[in-house]
Amino acid sequence: MNARPSSSRIDTAFQASLVLAGLGVATVLAGVAWEVLSLSGEALSKGGIGFLTGTTWDPVAEEFGALPALYGTLVTSAVALLIAVPLGIGSAVFLSEMATSRVASVVGVLVDLLAAIPSVIYGLWGLFVLAPLLREHVQPAVQAAFGSLPIFAGPPLGVGYGTAGLLLAIMVIPVITSVSREVLRAVPDTQREAAHALGATPFEVIKGTVFPFARSGLVGAVVLGLGRALGETMAVTMVIGNRYDISASLFAPGYTLAAVIANEFAEAFSPRYLSALAGLAVVLLGTTLILNAGARLLVRRVKGAA
Amino acid sequence: MMDAAELAVRLPASPRLRWRRFVNRAFRVAVFGAVIVVLAPLVAILWTVVSRGAPALDWDFLTSLPKPVGETGGGVGHAILGTLILAFGGLLMAVPLGVPAGVFLASDRMPRLGGAVRMCADVLAGVPSIVVGMFAYTLLVLPFKHFSALAGAFALSVIMLPTIARTTEEVVRLVPSTLTEAALALGAPRWRVMLRVVLPSAGKGVAAGIIAAFSRGAGETAPLMFTAFGSQFLSLSPLQPIAALPLVLFNYAVSPYDDWHAQAWAAALVLAVLVLAGNVVARFAMARRSP
Amino acid sequence: MSLASILAPLPDRSPPAARRVVTARPAAQDEPRVAKMVVDSLSAFYGRNAVLRNVSLPFVERTVTAIIGPSGCGKSTLVRCMNRMHEIIPGTSVTGRVLLDGRDVYGGHLDAIELRRRVGMVFQKPNPFPTMTVRDNVLAGWRLTGTKPHDADAVVEDALRRAALWDEVKDRLKAPGASLSGGQAQRLCIARALAVQPDVLLMDEPCSALDPIATARIEELIHELAPSVTIVIVTHNMQQAARVSENTAFLYMGELVEYGATAGLFTRPADPRTEDYITGRFG
Repeated sequence: MNARPSSSRIDTAFQASLVLAGLGVATVLAGVAWEVLSLSGEALSKGGIGFLTGTTWDPVAEEFGALPALYGTLVTSAVALLIAVPLGIGSAVFLSEMATSRVASVVGVLVDLLAAIPSVIYGLWGLFVLAPLLREHVQPAVQAAFGSLPIFAGPPLGVGYGTAGLLLAIMVIPVITSVSREVLRAVPDTQREAAHALGATPFEVIKGTVFPFARSGLVGAVVLGLGRALGETMAVTMVIGNRYDISASLFAPGYTLAAVIANEFAEAFSPRYLSALAGLAVVLLGTTLILNAGARLLVRRVKGAA
Repeated sequence: MMDAAELAVRLPASPRLRWRRFVNRAFRVAVFGAVIVVLAPLVAILWTVVSRGAPALDWDFLTSLPKPVGETGGGVGHAILGTLILAFGGLLMAVPLGVPAGVFLASDRMPRLGGAVRMCADVLAGVPSIVVGMFAYTLLVLPFKHFSALAGAFALSVIMLPTIARTTEEVVRLVPSTLTEAALALGAPRWRVMLRVVLPSAGKGVAAGIIAAFSRGAGETAPLMFTAFGSQFLSLSPLQPIAALPLVLFNYAVSPYDDWHAQAWAAALVLAVLVLAGNVVARFAMARRSP
Repeated sequence: MSLASILAPLPDRSPPAARRVVTARPAAQDEPRVAKMVVDSLSAFYGRNAVLRNVSLPFVERTVTAIIGPSGCGKSTLVRCMNRMHEIIPGTSVTGRVLLDGRDVYGGHLDAIELRRRVGMVFQKPNPFPTMTVRDNVLAGWRLTGTKPHDADAVVEDALRRAALWDEVKDRLKAPGASLSGGQAQRLCIARALAVQPDVLLMDEPCSALDPIATARIEELIHELAPSVTIVIVTHNMQQAARVSENTAFLYMGELVEYGATAGLFTRPADPRTEDYITGRFG
């Protein structure tokens, strides 16, 4: 009589536990979305669309409008992308098309190090090095040249949308670079050879064959970078200026969705206040989820087609 | 004597060709410049952290507790310990779920479910860390009306989970199928093959993923702000608020005291060393895997 | 094999009855046999590793020259040195000369990108550009360099006719480049190469990824093209070499073992290594 359980039963249990672990991951994601949504329920249902379009943030009077925070998030991310996309894709081109494999691996490691630096250290550097630099040298110079434009109006404070955007750009570049690099490397060499054999310069080969082939993957890389920029909290909180308002000037202080939550959550003194902050989180989560999922599909498409 | 054919090929390059060569060279310069611009902040930040952090760094700083507001001196010993406790606690919760999930993803036994789970892991990786903090808050702080190290560690575990799962998947996939096939052909049941053959072979890579996740968790601030909350005291209890390096860094940095600013740089140095060292070790372990 | 002996008028060898002639070609004895391209003491390296050793070889104008040999013998590297594609790979180097119309293409008077307009290439795996239409693929030689030919439609039709593809795609010019079958895609690549009017067309195992019917169509195509373009075809298929070429070179381990008229090389090879290869003693 064999008293031990049969191997096949252990096997089934084993396989089942693996599947359960996989489902566990999905459950965690669902849990995050669910909990945040239910916490925000009160604020969203009471405020309705006014929650998104309102511009006052008054916890005492219980008036909550998310627009300035949303505006700040979008503006800082836009500034970040404007700077990060050419630099990030340019670096990816260097790593994938131009560098020898030894140089590429060293530079690749350095770019990954940039990604590994904690956000709060970026914020510290931004607050004590970047902001004073901008306030004392760069912003006055820009205003001297372009001061009449509304985008550069206001006193040079060093902190504000522009500084946050710049800091974000530095943090987002490694994301764009590493994903773009993978996408570019997935373009088959036979394509490049065909272009070279027709008498194209290396630049023409990249512009005429590699970029068109990789286009949707590169867009995916940029969107992933955008997703990272939208959700970035600590560094932005430290250099955004913490002013709940909308301004057209890059030199003006502002606020972002993540920064508001970070600064106020621990002090939220009423359920409705908490709910409003959760509402901001829902807006943030919703946008990043959609962007992330879409971006990954795009990247996967290029890597699959190659 | 040059004949017509020789003359033809001796003519200088046409303006069109010169322009194309110029554009090509300009592009190379621009791309190279982009790399320099991208790497410059890395150098600048690391340089500043070291040059401003090192002067304030001493043994006292690393081991003692903070002094009350207004008094100079004190240290971040409690925060270093807190960060280690939180990060290890996070691993304790993330590894038992993440590693099997990664193995599941690599096994491709249920490809459609696997695809969905993979997507979930990738999307979870993109959730802003402050939202993760809010999730941990609603689950573990709100019901008990209490900030706690447990809540903080839980928040970190959610952040670590996708990294561990995906790295495990990648590494297990790399184990040659010939190895598994040979073991199965010898009559070994699947679970034993997995535990005795595949995981040991993939071990270094899985460890590298875990170390990388540890580094990532140790550097996070936002999710701890309303879970672990921070503390002035040394604490070992999972049910009490606990200090963490990034939290201390943030609070000191935004304070109005110069002494605290100096300590913030020193804390940044400690944190940077911790995180980057973890990163380098993980990378090393990944590269030293036997193929 | 010295260069002088190669450039001397080639001996007349009558085709044996065993050689299958697909289309009758006029005997070329009356025309002066000019070498359009000549490879002179060419050695090619990957780092320190010599892949070609001191190869010297003529390529007679407006004929088809085949290069045969076992895998790894350097035949692909040889043709890639002829249009300077070899140097695109980092760490490679070349010694010796490659002459086009008597002048060394490595000599500095000719830019590599200009050279590649005069010496075109077709690759083993058909590689049309998937993001371009069929029409744009044919015009890729211009599009990539930012220029346009005077009469684009005429160029497209001419190139596709020369590549024996016009009838099949004339109604589908706007279709994506990736939508063609393997044989059609390869003919599209040939059309693309021909569109810029090269003097020489290098073909690196153009049929090895294709089925026998597609292969036969391309071999026919090569016969039709030969009077207007000097063709060099690398192939591991000896029967193909026998079918399409006038002259054949046999390479082994980076060295030129034998060169001669195809008929003679296959029926009365001079070197025992050639005979061993042809009779299948090694692959």
